[in-house]
Amino acid sequence: MTRLNPDADDLSADIARARRRRNRALLMLFGGIIASVVLFEGFFLLRDSQAPKLITALAAMVWGAGGMAILYLVANQLAEFAPVAWQKKLIPLVFVGPAIAFVIYFLALPTIRTFIASLFNRDGTVFVGLENYITVFTEPFMINTFRNNVMWIVFGASFTIIFGLVIATLADRSKFENLAKAIIFMPMAISLVGAGVIWKFIYAVRDSADTQIGLLNAIVVALGGEPQAWIAQLQPWNNLFLIVIVIWMQTGYAMVLFSAAIKAVPSEILEAARVDGAGELRIFFSILIPSIMGTIVTVSATVIIFTLKIFDVVLVMTGGQYDTDVIATQFYNQYFVNRNFGLGSAIAIVLLLTVVPVMVYNLRQFNKRETL
Amino acid sequence: MAMSKGNPFPRVFVNTVLVVLCLLWLIPTLGLFVSSFRPRDQIMSSGWWTIIPHQVWATTEQLTPDPSIDRNGEMTFAGATGTFEQFRQGVDTPDGKHVIWIGNKRAGTVQVQERQWSGLPPFTLQNYHDVLAGKNVTIQSENGEEAIRKGEDMSDAFINSMAVTFPAVVIPILMAAFAAYGFAWMRFPGRKLVFALMVALLVVPLQIALVPVLSDYVHLKLNGTYMSVWLAHTGFGLPLAVYLLYNYISSLPREIMEAAIVDGASHFKIFWRLVLPLSTPALASFAIFQFLWVWNDYLVALIFIGNVPGVQVLTMRLADMVGSRGSDWHLLTAGGFVSMILPLAIFFSLQRFFVRGLTAGSVK
Repeated sequence: MTRLNPDADDLSADIARARRRRNRALLMLFGGIIASVVLFEGFFLLRDSQAPKLITALAAMVWGAGGMAILYLVANQLAEFAPVAWQKKLIPLVFVGPAIAFVIYFLALPTIRTFIASLFNRDGTVFVGLENYITVFTEPFMINTFRNNVMWIVFGASFTIIFGLVIATLADRSKFENLAKAIIFMPMAISLVGAGVIWKFIYAVRDSADTQIGLLNAIVVALGGEPQAWIAQLQPWNNLFLIVIVIWMQTGYAMVLFSAAIKAVPSEILEAARVDGAGELRIFFSILIPSIMGTIVTVSATVIIFTLKIFDVVLVMTGGQYDTDVIATQFYNQYFVNRNFGLGSAIAIVLLLTVVPVMVYNLRQFNKRETL
Repeated sequence: MAMSKGNPFPRVFVNTVLVVLCLLWLIPTLGLFVSSFRPRDQIMSSGWWTIIPHQVWATTEQLTPDPSIDRNGEMTFAGATGTFEQFRQGVDTPDGKHVIWIGNKRAGTVQVQERQWSGLPPFTLQNYHDVLAGKNVTIQSENGEEAIRKGEDMSDAFINSMAVTFPAVVIPILMAAFAAYGFAWMRFPGRKLVFALMVALLVVPLQIALVPVLSDYVHLKLNGTYMSVWLAHTGFGLPLAVYLLYNYISSLPREIMEAAIVDGASHFKIFWRLVLPLSTPALASFAIFQFLWVWNDYLVALIFIGNVPGVQVLTMRLADMVGSRGSDWHLLTAGGFVSMILPLAIFFSLQRFFVRGLTAGSVK
């Protein structure tokens, strides 16, 4: 066979390539549609499934995680079939678009929607302006809520910092550093609900004629005292018994950051101070603390944010009774228990406004530190 | 004072204080752990710390006083002498025995007791059986009566927690990694502004988002499904995930990326074959943070799953038990431990990643 017209051959090869390309694109589109339909139907199949629990759960995990990966793959393939000029715009959209859509829907829009709801009455039918906010800042139960949050911030943050610092400093000088740190850090792995159960058991109280099975009351009785209902009595100081739980959980975090900061303090400075005859306490207060001040502030900010949003502990321990409500539980109680949508939304907005300054500061600091 | 070189605090002092603090931190969890293995009647009648071997008075001999003895005068039993009132209080003999009168003056008995070490404490797995079982369990009360009631079905909640957590970790990481790569290595208009806005959303506490999202979920009949929680955790976790992964991915060496582009690799290929494997440490750290966050979360599950049966996760189940079985400590302690076992296992096996992930993620 002789090649009569090589140009024509090239041309037909080009046409064939273009056709294959188009066919692949159509195939991909078709595949994408099928994948979407299967994923969509899969949701209902799984939701209404009567199959054994474990199988449904496993299928749901694969469906959820795998489905997301497939959607990315298909979207990217489709974008790559587009003309080159379009690709430059489409592919970045495939990469960052889903994340942007998610944060807009789950964070940005709800902020606006909650703000609007906070300007309406309890069932969202009548516009009341700032009335809900006036309630938030004047009603006695709200004032108590804020007072409790202030207690959480003051006691929670300060004791977390003190314990974290003491333990980090001591561990730094001990042979058992790693073991001690592991023990102190461990409570961070536990859920706040689980921690609530642990501490409820410690605070357990029984009639004074019975044997006390709660550790704290057993100690009090052994010392000759009367058993107390720690989380119900002595208002408002009963809040302190809840705050202890968060100190117990957060000290590990503070300790890890302080430990790293202390190790970064040049040992020459400490040695020089010792040569000059400074005592250990003097060194601790005059050299160590000033050199790690940045970390102390960062840890305080993080603990403050954590305590401002505290919810699980209070709900599990008291449900907000005995004058222990905090902003987050008050929001829950007003919105979901009391069904006052306007007031609940206003409380949520107030929570946002209190968190923002601390968070902005913390992010700035975090930016300076090395991450991961 | 003994001082070692370069360690001016006396070591004994440092270690003593440290041991005391560590014990303080350990005891709460220890109490839960120990109690979860104690039989119900034991938990209710004595503190968990009594399992520590200690000396107790054990009765070695029981005497019936001769009816002819004058019970108003002094009496002698097993080498101890005293009046009835003294025996009621207990009389100690010189050889360390303790003689005590039990019952009333006329028909009582006398016990001779000796100091003995408490034996091995009773141990049971029944509590775990009772909280994990979904079917009915039989409970035997102290006076031998049997009662049947429903188990706490925590094994079901455990499966639900897994089904909620696994995709709620994978989906945001995948999404955040794609976005972080896009922000770091692609050129498109508004890139920096969009990234800054996304990170700024970190300030929004999730309480704000709950209500509007819930009302949409109710319209779409999504509430009470695993997916409702996956999507919510994805949305709430993304700003932090994008921020942390961006820091890591943008610091990957530029030469590797450029070489791959010159070789004609597409962005997708570079991302999948190069960037994801290179970012494993950052992905692992964030994965652990997100895992703990979702596994231990109570609020999001409470709102979006609510009271739909069969989908309840561990934290919800446990919180329910605190409400409904507030003084059944044999169930609460075992249930509490079931909810902690997986995060604690991860903590002890992946400690380094764990600490890094949690400290990096705690800004949230």
